[in-house]
Amino acid sequence: MKLETHAVTKRYGAHAALDGASFATGDEARVIALLGPSGGGKSTLLRVLGSLLVPDDGHVSIDARVLPHDEEGALNERRGNGFVFQGYNLFPHLTALQNITLPLREVHGMSETVATQRALELLHRLGLAGHEHKRPSQLSGGQQQRAAIARALAPKPRLLLLDEPTSALDPVMTGEVLDVIRELAEAGQSIILATHEISFARKVADWVVFLVGGKVQESSTAAEFFTRPQTELARQYLEGLSKYR
Amino acid sequence: MLPGVNHGVLPASHDIAVSSTRRALYALGLFAIASAAFYGVFSAVEYPWNWSGVWQYREQFFHGWLSTMGLSLVAMVVSVAFGFLLMLGRRAPWLPVRMGCGSVVEVVRGSPLLVQLLIGHYIIAQALNIDQPLFTGIILLGCFEGAYLAEIFRGAVESISTSQLEAARAVGFSKAQTYRFVIIPQALRRALPGTTGQLVSLIKDSSLLSVIGIEELVQKVKIMNAANFAPLEGYLPLALAYLVVTIPLSHLARRLEGRFAYET
Repeated sequence: MKLETHAVTKRYGAHAALDGASFATGDEARVIALLGPSGGGKSTLLRVLGSLLVPDDGHVSIDARVLPHDEEGALNERRGNGFVFQGYNLFPHLTALQNITLPLREVHGMSETVATQRALELLHRLGLAGHEHKRPSQLSGGQQQRAAIARALAPKPRLLLLDEPTSALDPVMTGEVLDVIRELAEAGQSIILATHEISFARKVADWVVFLVGGKVQESSTAAEFFTRPQTELARQYLEGLSKYR
Repeated sequence: MLPGVNHGVLPASHDIAVSSTRRALYALGLFAIASAAFYGVFSAVEYPWNWSGVWQYREQFFHGWLSTMGLSLVAMVVSVAFGFLLMLGRRAPWLPVRMGCGSVVEVVRGSPLLVQLLIGHYIIAQALNIDQPLFTGIILLGCFEGAYLAEIFRGAVESISTSQLEAARAVGFSKAQTYRFVIIPQALRRALPGTTGQLVSLIKDSSLLSVIGIEELVQKVKIMNAANFAPLEGYLPLALAYLVVTIPLSHLARRLEGRFAYET
């Protein structure tokens, strides 16, 4: 897929989280990593790319199709995407299974039986057999995040968007979740991932977008970004992050 | 009874550790102290009690109780519906609607029910040609308590975190679906303690409907007391007649809270 943004701006009050961000990936980008320091605009850009937020200015296109800015169009767009958040954001009053089946039934029009079948298949695949009927508070962070990934994958999204999916997890749980994401990437799922795990990004991403201060500093193939970063900011960022790894 | 304050905590969890015999003993002791205090106060004033008149009026009393409970039940439904609409209005995207609903809440909560009943019955209902005091009374009482419920509901709804709303948008829920599947189920539990308190108040406040001529329990007791030249006797059974409903209602609410309990 070819992902493009043109001068995308998103303001919160006086603060511009995205300040004229422009980039274009290659035609065949499939796993895109959004990298950069905290507060650089990764999360905001991820939400704009997934139509969870509509930019104040500029526009986004995926394979030359411009994303709509009206509420109805953005809702339709979101329904074709899957989101995973840093804080899992499962619905606390529902079991792991219900968290997955409810949107399948109400948004995607599946019958109860088909939805349950699809949810169980995913929960088992992500190593959550035996936990189907637990509420989020009864699951560990890693299990909650895997359930959240299952919820995002259930409707077979064109695009899976993950916003720092391991930032709230300890190293063991981080490993569990990254394994799942890598398997998905290897199975051909289109992914956009905002992350601080650069060694993971280096392994799975084929394109990198590097953001600082709401602007895109670099957009290049992963191989090029990690071996020959073009900007001084990117060099410093990579050095800082790889110091203790 | 602040809405949204005790969420995330299992109600009265510290009670579980205390054995039931101990609880019973404490209850007995407290009851004995209360009875002694009550008896002491009543015997000190040397009031000439006359219970025979009250007993003669037991059927009237029972009918009054039934009409109080009946009209309270209908007013509860009105108040929950009105409170829900006001809450939605205060969250509406259009400013005039928000301002209008906000003003209604402030005016209704800020003025005495007595005044609302008198103006509502003698002026508004007359102007609209409605000559049904029971109907007017139920609507007015429902609106009065509904204004309080609107604030309880609003507090509960606004306590749902933005990350939950974002998750609802992310799975593709529309606005209506977000309310139905994400906000209301979670807000319900947080609103429950405040709502029960308000419904208990509603039952008690229904006693004011006697001022517009509705023959509910208090009105019956006033008639009974006047007929027997016994100014006070009717009021003790009156208090009991309210408690017999309000205490189980509170108890039921606590059990419901326990059933909805989950950690967030």
